[in-house]
Amino acid sequence: MPTLNLTVNGVAHTLDIPAGRFLAEVLRYDLGLTGTKIGCNEAECGACTVIVNGRSVNSCIYPAFKAQNTEVLTIEGVAATWQSPNLPISQSQEMEQWSDSEIEELHPLQQAFVQHGATQCGFCTPGFIMQAKTLLDANPDPTDDEIKHCLKDTYCRCTGYVSIVNAVKAAAEKMRTGHLPEPVLPDHVEPLMHIGRAIPRPDAVEKVTGKAMYADDYQFANMLYGATLRSEHPHARILSIDASAALALPGVHCVLTQKDIPGELRHGLVEYDWPAFAGGDYPARYVGDPIALVVAESDELAHDALRLVKVDYEVLPVVTDPVMARQPGAPVLHPDRPDGNLLKHIKVRHGDIEAGFAAADVIVERTYRTPMTEHAFLEPECSVAVPAGWNDPRYGPHDKLTIYVGSQIPYADRDQVARCLGIPKEAVRIKGAVMGGGFGGKEDIAGQFHAALAAQVTGRPVKVLYTREESLRFHPKRHATIIRIKTGAKRDGTLTAVEAELYGDSGAYASLGEKVMTRATTHATGPYVVGSAKIDCYAMYTNNAPCGAFRGFGVTQSAFAVESNMDLVAEALGMDPIELRRKNAMRVGAMTATGQVLRDSVGLLTCLEKVENEIRDWRLGDWEIGRLGEGKNDAASISNLQSPISQSLNLFNPIRVGAKVYAWGIAAGYKNTGLGGGAPDKAEAEVEVFPTGRAEIRTSSAEMGQNLIGVLAACTAEELGLPFRDVSVLVMDTDLAPDGGPTTASRQTYLSGNAARLAARSMRERMQGVLAEKFDVPPEVIAFHEGLAYVDEARLAKVKSGNGDWRLEIGDSAPDAQSPISNLQSLNLPISQSRTISFADAVKTLIDEGRSPKLRYEYWAPKTQPLGTGGDMHFGFSYAVHAALVSVDTETGEVAVERVVSAHDIGRAINILSLTGQIEGGIVMGIGNALTEHYIEENGRPWTQHLGQYKMPGIKHMPEMRNFVVEDPTAEGPYGAKGVGEISSIPISPAITNAIYNAVGVRCLALPVDQDALLLAMKRGVREIDRRWGDALER
Amino acid sequence: MRWQAYHTPQSVDEALSLLSQYAGGAQIVAGGTDLILDMQQGNHSALQALIDVTTIRDLDQIREDNGWIVIGAAATHAAIEASPLIRHHGAALAESCSVVGGPQVRNVATIGGNVAHALPAADGTIGLLALNAEVQVCTWNGAAVECTWQPLLSIFVGPGKNRLAANQMIGAFRFPVRALRSGSAFDRIMRPQGVALPILGVAAQVTLDESGRRAVAASIAVGPAGPIPFRATESETILLGAPTLDETALERAIDAAQRQAELRTSKHRASKEYRHEMIAVLLRRVLPKAVARAQAA
Ligand SMILES: Cc1cc2nc3c(=O)[nH]c(=O)nc-3n(C[C@H](O)[C@H](O)[C@H](O)COP(=O)(O)OP(=O)(O)OC[C@H]3O[C@@H](n4cnc5c(N)ncnc54)[C@H](O)[C@@H]3O)c2cc1C
Repeated sequence: MPTLNLTVNGVAHTLDIPAGRFLAEVLRYDLGLTGTKIGCNEAECGACTVIVNGRSVNSCIYPAFKAQNTEVLTIEGVAATWQSPNLPISQSQEMEQWSDSEIEELHPLQQAFVQHGATQCGFCTPGFIMQAKTLLDANPDPTDDEIKHCLKDTYCRCTGYVSIVNAVKAAAEKMRTGHLPEPVLPDHVEPLMHIGRAIPRPDAVEKVTGKAMYADDYQFANMLYGATLRSEHPHARILSIDASAALALPGVHCVLTQKDIPGELRHGLVEYDWPAFAGGDYPARYVGDPIALVVAESDELAHDALRLVKVDYEVLPVVTDPVMARQPGAPVLHPDRPDGNLLKHIKVRHGDIEAGFAAADVIVERTYRTPMTEHAFLEPECSVAVPAGWNDPRYGPHDKLTIYVGSQIPYADRDQVARCLGIPKEAVRIKGAVMGGGFGGKEDIAGQFHAALAAQVTGRPVKVLYTREESLRFHPKRHATIIRIKTGAKRDGTLTAVEAELYGDSGAYASLGEKVMTRATTHATGPYVVGSAKIDCYAMYTNNAPCGAFRGFGVTQSAFAVESNMDLVAEALGMDPIELRRKNAMRVGAMTATGQVLRDSVGLLTCLEKVENEIRDWRLGDWEIGRLGEGKNDAASISNLQSPISQSLNLFNPIRVGAKVYAWGIAAGYKNTGLGGGAPDKAEAEVEVFPTGRAEIRTSSAEMGQNLIGVLAACTAEELGLPFRDVSVLVMDTDLAPDGGPTTASRQTYLSGNAARLAARSMRERMQGVLAEKFDVPPEVIAFHEGLAYVDEARLAKVKSGNGDWRLEIGDSAPDAQSPISNLQSLNLPISQSRTISFADAVKTLIDEGRSPKLRYEYWAPKTQPLGTGGDMHFGFSYAVHAALVSVDTETGEVAVERVVSAHDIGRAINILSLTGQIEGGIVMGIGNALTEHYIEENGRPWTQHLGQYKMPGIKHMPEMRNFVVEDPTAEGPYGAKGVGEISSIPISPAITNAIYNAVGVRCLALPVDQDALLLAMKRGVREIDRRWGDALER
Repeated sequence: MRWQAYHTPQSVDEALSLLSQYAGGAQIVAGGTDLILDMQQGNHSALQALIDVTTIRDLDQIREDNGWIVIGAAATHAAIEASPLIRHHGAALAESCSVVGGPQVRNVATIGGNVAHALPAADGTIGLLALNAEVQVCTWNGAAVECTWQPLLSIFVGPGKNRLAANQMIGAFRFPVRALRSGSAFDRIMRPQGVALPILGVAAQVTLDESGRRAVAASIAVGPAGPIPFRATESETILLGAPTLDETALERAIDAAQRQAELRTSKHRASKEYRHEMIAVLLRRVLPKAVARAQAA
């Protein structure tokens, strides 16, 4: 083997390695520097960026021998390149979880990424920091445009880039002046001790230094590698498999197929319809279906051997259109099901639909199409299974079959692995690795059971890492939908009726398709009070990729149709689109189309008001003219065009600057928090307090970048009166942490947040009880604050004064539903030394008294009702209004989102920094949904095979943003909070298409907006585009 | 399947003699941003060896030589974008190289690779073409290397196919230094969904007479507008014949380019009609810019 000499982070290495290795592999697998990530293997995403002799390169396709005799810098070496000029340290209170020196030892970019929330899932972070470093090395004070130019092909799927740009600027300032500026965040209600603050995520430092361990970062001794053979055909029976040639290769251990599965052959989150390996009675039903797993000494060998496995197929007829799939005579995918290809017919019936339309003065009806889209989380799926009894020199003993994986539903993984292997659930442990994004795409099981089976068979650890291509091909996507929707309204704007028919392409397997399309259906009247509704949805099986959960969970699709129709209704009525929405907006006391009466926390009107005021204030001032004019500073070239809507509604009038036309568009949306529909919804959390004065909170909910861990830590610290840094969080471990339920439906802040809060509160009460004995006072006067436990003398005085019922008094001064601590803090009285002990001593007292320092709390969300039974379909909804200022280039049809104004009612901001991150990231993802993203399949075969063929928004798509937070608390939510994860990406797509219409008078009925079709429509005077040009060509 | 040997020759002789020895089992690699991706994605047959030409001494040089600007085949897009020489003499090339990929790609992707990959829409190629560039083809004759200069267009055969034999490589490119009253520019239209290559790219260079209104030389490159990179020669003739470079001349040149270009619909990328429109839009953007630069020069 040839010899490679190179210096990495100042350390010289001499390595004998195969000539075909890539630099990223050398760094990760030969040198163990796993901070450099591999996201795509095609120089597309930038996660693998390292610096070679001063120039940044994509190390994933950089031949290792290109780096012969070079100096390589990786994320692990960045901090050491920074010599702090010994300037005074100005650390913010929020950064207190790390010591000053821990922070100061980081490179300013790392510091800034931590403080500005520019790392979420963290998988892209090392690449961003390396790439940004090349900019700051050359340019100490870059402009926004220079930053965007530098980071153009480095992709982030979580942040929406806003915080990244801010962090790079903050780092530059730190390097120039020694001062790290703090993030500018939306106004929000007064924080408590921890709740509501901008506390950086607890794992931020690990993520910016490359230390965070994602599944592929684990390198077990003697590890084997599995590669999955997938179907060549979208529908085919597997007649035989000949693996002899593959098995003949030295280093190939086994080729596993359906015959090797000891347990159940099929799995699924809702329906057991998906074979772990296609074969026998279960044909391959899409091209992602696994047929065999080759297990070999190296990943490369396993993939080479894959090509030698011969499969004899009987090709079956294919159906790839959900409408066709419902026709008689269509090929049937699952003959064992009662309704042919119909996965589910979902119905909403509300009021008298005929009377509703009869009462309408205007009726608008259109058919909308939304495409299949891809999560494009930056970390491809990876599972590492370790057999029971394996004692690893690096990772220690494993007493049971253990799977390291970043998964959204660890307990479901455990159960599905056990089912497949035919072993008890308790014999399997899922141990969460840091997860590089999920967005719904890591709910269905991927390679977990294949790796587990291979580990069982070989007795060695087995890693199954998907290539990006495989990830795209395999995992469930966002449903493509066809939505015909008819809206009726009276002259005054009152909505009288909505009738809709939805087709959802659920693809080959049920996945969460039924649930997703139910959400699309129940939200198909929008966040409005509607006199009557008749909605029918058909979720269909086809031979396309399965479709399941994806941020928005069906509501993204129906909201596009609903909000487009709302603007059409407004136009038909000659009414302001905001006024129309306000008139019909849901409010407390209103009833939804599913018969639910909203009892609290409906902040939609406030959202509308915030957004309206902001865009009303938006003036085309000198600055804007300069900017929009792009140098053409003569104001004469800027003119108000004839508006396609009435002239009086000048808020949405188009403005022409040169060839570009600018206009605002608006849309509203809502999204349930929690599973709803009668599904029992609970989360369990365990809190443990330690004689060291620390606490740990445990729940097997998933941390995928959204900062659930920060939320859980804040709730726990708040209730126990501990400093934030003294609470650790353990998530995603089925042995060590109780079940938090699936991380889906924007439910974890509410569910696991409540479980953590109530576990911690119960522990506090237990400790109060013990200390009350010790100090001989009523338990309620024992307070916890900043790591101390003490008798609150002021409360005690009140109690002692015998002034009525002391319980009531305490309740007044410390409203128990909220935090007790903030109120104590405001009392600001001297603390009696004699009756104050440290939290550590309080824990010791607890233990001495024979009480357990551990406590589990099972939190049950309020009961919900199944669809069709009336009553509460959901226990809460979040609301949002988005306004988008778009520009349309009338020469090219290119559309850009220039500015977004949003308001989100999320009940309560638990962590304002990560909340803002969820909002910014959701908005940019929604921009992708409207303008760039389309996972294309042709007759069941993906045209989109590589990341380069699937454009998620890059940093240049990032608009300027103004985001308002509306905190209309919900009684049961933790501190009033409800979900935010999904709502932030819902209204933006229709806001954009509404803006396009306002700009150029062309309505896009299909997503994504196609510049080609848009231009030709403008040229030809066509006012509506109902298909993408590609579809039109295919016909 | 990965390659079994990775060679880092120091000279063109060494590179080409190696290449010849492998008799088809090896291929030249420069930045690898096309070749390695093609191999990774199964669009390229497995190779025994890669021969990295970026280690060849001075193959990345950019210099002025006797009336020519000479660019080594291994010059990266980043180097070209940043080169004051190229910014001055060949703005169209600097602009076309500056939009390729992101900085990480431009730091390694070479102009030689961009041309040799032979796609009709390759950006650097379109920039070079408008500058009347020539390509230096180096041939190993069994004992030594011989290099000849030939017109850039002569090395393209069809999409993804060049005319280079298994004993040949590109050594360099050259284009004439900027003439008095000469200017060039490049622009392109991208599609937001998928595919890195442009829907259409256009580069143009014009040289004006002393009046500053008439063209004495004009070249227009368009891609993709046929199986190989395309020169809009009929438009060039119209510009040269026009009494002044006014709106009428521009519109006639656009009309001619639209007629001469062999546009087609590429699936999920662009329709023929759209490309037809974009020829006009880009020429209206690029030609006036080139003329303004010529007038300023
Ligand atoms: C993310 C990404 C974005 C991209 N965006 C663009 C874009 O916007 N516009 C664009 O035009 N391209 C783009 N590309 C394609 C690519 O970067 C360019 O074509 C690049 O210039 C190829 O150069 P290279 O040095 O990497 O070539 P390589 O991949 O090393 O080689 C390409 C081919 O040229 C041959 N070759 C290389 N050097 C020589 C030589 N001296 N003599 C003979 N043959 C040689 C090789 O054998 C191979 O066949 C992109 C690529 C990526 C990965």
